[in-house]
Parts: sequence; C-alpha cells; structure tokens
Amino acid sequence: MNAAIVGIGATDFSKDSGRSELQLAAEAVRAALADAGLEPSDVDGLVSFTMDTNAEIAVARELGIPELTFFSRVHYGGGAACATVQQAAMAVETGAAKVVVCYRAFNERSGHRFGQVQTAAAANIDNSWSYPMGLGTPAAMVAMFARRYMHEYGATSEDFGRIAVIDRKHAATNPHAWFHDRPITLDDHQSSRWIAEPLRLLDCCQESDGGVALVVTSQERARDLPQKPAHVKAATQGSSVDQFTMTSYYRDDLTRLPEMGVVARGLWEKSGIGPSDVDVAVLYDHFTPFVLVQLEELGFCGRGEAKDFVASGALELDGTLPLNPHGGQLGEAYLHGMNGIAEGVRQIRGTAVNQVGGVEHVLVTAGTGVPTSGLVLGQG
Amino acid sequence: MIDVEKEAARIAEQGESAPRLARDPINLPMINNWLEAIGDQHPGYTEVAPPAMVQVWTMAGLHGQRTLDDPLGQMMGILDEAGYTSVVATNSDQTYHRYLRLGEQLSVTTSLEDVTGPKRTGLGEGWFVTTRSTWWVGDEAVAEMRFRVLKFRPAQKPAQKPEPVEETPKAQAIRPSVNRDTEYFWEGTRLGELRIQRCGGCGLLRHPPGPMCPECGATKPKYLVSEGHGVIYSYVVHHHPQVPGKQTPFVIALVELDEGVRMLGEFDGEPSVGQRVEVVFTEVDDELTMPSWRPRADR
Repeated sequence: MNAAIVGIGATDFSKDSGRSELQLAAEAVRAALADAGLEPSDVDGLVSFTMDTNAEIAVARELGIPELTFFSRVHYGGGAACATVQQAAMAVETGAAKVVVCYRAFNERSGHRFGQVQTAAAANIDNSWSYPMGLGTPAAMVAMFARRYMHEYGATSEDFGRIAVIDRKHAATNPHAWFHDRPITLDDHQSSRWIAEPLRLLDCCQESDGGVALVVTSQERARDLPQKPAHVKAATQGSSVDQFTMTSYYRDDLTRLPEMGVVARGLWEKSGIGPSDVDVAVLYDHFTPFVLVQLEELGFCGRGEAKDFVASGALELDGTLPLNPHGGQLGEAYLHGMNGIAEGVRQIRGTAVNQVGGVEHVLVTAGTGVPTSGLVLGQG
Repeated sequence: MIDVEKEAARIAEQGESAPRLARDPINLPMINNWLEAIGDQHPGYTEVAPPAMVQVWTMAGLHGQRTLDDPLGQMMGILDEAGYTSVVATNSDQTYHRYLRLGEQLSVTTSLEDVTGPKRTGLGEGWFVTTRSTWWVGDEAVAEMRFRVLKFRPAQKPAQKPEPVEETPKAQAIRPSVNRDTEYFWEGTRLGELRIQRCGGCGLLRHPPGPMCPECGATKPKYLVSEGHGVIYSYVVHHHPQVPGKQTPFVIALVELDEGVRMLGEFDGEPSVGQRVEVVFTEVDDELTMPSWRPRADR
C-alpha cells in the first residue's frame, strides 16, 4: 500500500492515569505528531475503534485540528487495532485524506474495566446465549476455546504459561513497560490463581490506563519527514464463517481462529512475503492460549504444534521468530493492541529497547476471538 | 462508664504474662491427629512438628481457663462489661524461628500490643484488640504471633441474622434480551421444552437462531423440541470475577446436543469433555426459565 507510519506517540502506561480519557487521547496524538514532525493543522483524518469514549471531533477540538475530511471508527474493540491503519492507509491511497492519525486512549484500569462482567452487554441479542448462563467475561470466553484446544492437542497450562514468561521477560528490560524489571518464572505462572479454568491469573493480560497514537501518510510525503518510515506492506481485516464476538462456539472446530486465517491469507498475498520472512512477530496477547492458535493460523507451525514451537525457544529475542519484544500486553500495557503497532514501527526504525537485528518485516496482529485485523510493516 | 482506652493502657503496662506451660511436650500422636484433621499429607513430620501447629501445643483444652494475668482475657472482660459482647478473630500472623522437635517442652507468654476503637464495622461498633505471643523452649524464643480480634457490639437492627452481603442470586442474575427471532426459545423453556430452530424451508437445525436460513435463504423458521440430551464439548470453571447471580466457582458447559447443535449452560457437577448430560429447567420468575445441564447416566 502507498502508506507509511511516520509518527508514534504514547502517554505513560499506568493503573491510574489521574486524567480524563480525552486528555490521554490528546496527549498521545500530540506526541505522535511531534514525533512525525507535523502540526495539528496538517491532520485531515482521524480513526479509532469501538470501546473508546473519545469522539473524533472531540480529539480534533483538543488538538486544534481545524478540518477533517475523513473520520472512521472500526468495530469489535481490540480486533480493530490494525484495521485503523488499514483505514488510514486506504484513505491516504484514495486521496480521502493526506495525514491520518489512528488513536486509542482509555482508563481501562481506573475507569471502566473490560475484564469485569458487562451486565449491559447482555442487551445484545448474541450475548443472550452466553451472559445469562454465567459466561460473561473475556477470560471465561477464551477459556472455553482453551479447554477444547487442550483436549484435542494435549496442550497444558504450562504450554500457555511459556507465553506469559516470554512476554514478561521482554517487558523486564523495557523501561516503559508496567512490568519493567519484574520477570516471572513458569512456577510463578503455575502457582497463580485460577481466573477461569483452564486460565490462570498470569494467562490474562493486565489492565492499563494510557493512550497510543500513530500517524499515517503517503510514502512520498514520508520521505520529507524526519523519521525513518515504516511502510504498510499489507493491512487487512478478517471475519469468518458463523462469526461471533468472543463466542464463535458453533463452528465445527473450536481449536482454530479462522478469522485470523483470513487475515493471514490476506497479509501474505498482499505483502508478497511468507511466514519465514517475518523478523519480529507482535501477536495480540490478551490471553495466552490464543497466541498458540495464532502461531498455527499464521503458518509458523502446524495445527497442534504451537506448544512444541514455543518450547523450542523460537519466540526468544534470539530465536527464529522473536515475539513481542516490548513485552506485549501481558508485560508492557493493555492498550488494545495499539502499543504493539508502535513497537512494530520502532523495530523497523531500529530504535526499540529490545531491538532485534536486521529487521526487514514485522507482523502485527489485533484482537483474537473477535473479528480481527493484521499488518505487515516493512522497510521503505 | 468504662474508659476502655485507660483500661487498655493499664493492661499493656503489665507487659508479658508469666510463661504458661504446654500440657504435653511435643509428641508424635498429637502431630498425627493434627495432620489428619488438617488434611496435610506431607510425610516429613516424624521428628519435628508442623510449624503452623505451634498455637495448638499451648491451648488450654476443652475445659481450660485463661490465667488471671492473660492480657487478652482481661481485655475481653473489660469490653464485655462495656457492652462489646461479641468477638471475631480478624488477623493471625505467625513467625517461626525454627522447627520444634519431639520431646521439647513449650511455654507461651502474651502481652497486649494495641487496642483501637471504637470503629464502625459491618458487624457493629467495636474495638480491635491486638496481642503479641511468644513461644519459648527454655529461654529460646522459637515462634511469635500477632493476633487481632474485633470485640464488637452486635448491630441492633435486624431481629434475625444480618443478611448475607451478596443478594440472592435469582434477584440479580443477568437476563437475556429477547426479540422476535429468539422468543420461541424462551417460550419453550417456560414450558419445559428445549427448542432448536429448524428451517421451514430446508430443515437446517441452528443454534443460536436467526431470522434467515444461511443455507436456503428461507425466512420461515420453525423449531423442534430437543430430547435435551448431549455431551460436554468444552467447559469453563469460573472463579473470578464475581458474576451477578452466581456463586463462584461454577461451571459453564458448551454442550453438543444429540440433534447436532451446541448450546451453553451452567453445569451442576464435576465436568469432563465427552461427559453425557441432560437439560434441567430452573424457573427464575414468571417471565424467565433458564436451561442448564446435569450429568446423565449413559443409557
């Protein structure tokens, strides 16, 4: 695509920001524009995704962005993180806008917590087949998939725990991570309390307050800007047969994430690269079991083989597929995947704290178990 | 009027009570009884006692009485007189300096550390009383404990026991929203029928239901009444956070019905994938009856 991410910005990641969600959004966008060497008056497009209380026009008001010719909001919460970049890239490519900022900001820990039971969500007719039965949290909804995955492939709680250990190991050396300097062992994981069996506390990502923003413009414009651009090699959304939000339990196979399979096909086709060309993988990690399933859907290993792939050490910084060098959402912060895109940009620039050597291509995925999206970022 | 704080200061000033001897030396029969009662199967307690048992050795027994210089006993008496007649233990922090060996003779001393109040608590107004105990073998301190109780005046209001903090499950359970596409299902549960949508055009069975058949496009959905039998396809044991209307932990099972569709419901039992179950209907109120699952003997 003729688009590049030319600026990234973020607030601090905390458990209690002490400021409004709109302030977090405005701070993150301002930081991203400063990083890009652009002014608010250069911006003519804004994109966010649902479960964000900051209206595009409110963000524009705070920043003093005078006119917008493109504004959009993608559905399905965290599944939409990479889709914001797709929207921005399409807008830039078609001329709908010249400079588009994608943003996400919330007080997800000190304010409205997605991990609690959302009684109001039961008003959704789809949720009436799960919430009244007691299945009302994201952890429990993922646990239903995880139990079946364990049953069919012999995966264990320890196999899930290895993902948490890797993320926390990487976060331990990232000063911006909430869990900086706080690695965990597999024993820590195994002794953490049950949340929704088979998920333990340390299988579940943290909750965070904060904001992240990304500036997208054309590759031509990017050449005149101060930062090394991260080119959008491919961006796609994915939804699959009999799709529900978190509860696609009625398909033949409960051990897969076919919507991520749709994303994988799209990314490899559009970017012209394949799994073996990926230098860094930023995989959405709200719950550890779905990282295993993603590895399979994306073609890094065969069905049911993710546990062996993970145990082989492939996901370490010096492995064949370094995973979430910033620490992921389990380790850095839960910003609905937007902080992972920013990490992808840093890896392309060569400025990450846990920089992987010789990075040509970074894969980033968005929320799993929901209609989702993905990105391939690359060198110019 | 009794001045609780003044009395507390007087008792605290007395310092440590005189050492009170354990009834028996550390001994194996008592260790075995304790391990059995607690359910501790660790095989290592043949020469030494479990550390957490320390308080047991100096308990006064079934008909025991506190010694006159016991500061906790004295403080309880004063608070009883002041009208704070009920007691609940709130904290017990123990520190073990070493293992206790068979044959060692323990003694314990206790001092009053702190009395704070009056505090308004959920149980009623009361005082927090903190004591510090030290266990000795000869003149060697082997373990310590900070122990806190709330001595309170029971809240007057309710004639019977205070209501449990959690409201009754049924009152606040999450209710389904119902529309034209789904009302047949909830009508069915009220009648004790588990209904599965069946396409009026091609006969496709489908759950959750919808208005248009994805196979043939017909918009005349009908239903069949399921036998209500199936197997657990997957399940979750929910622990955290609290779910309105449920007592944690509880099990939610995804059941594959014999007719071929899957359906979620709470499961009452020890779950396993492949286990046979049958439907149960629970009336929440006139409007709502919830289906759930229970184990079913095969054949």
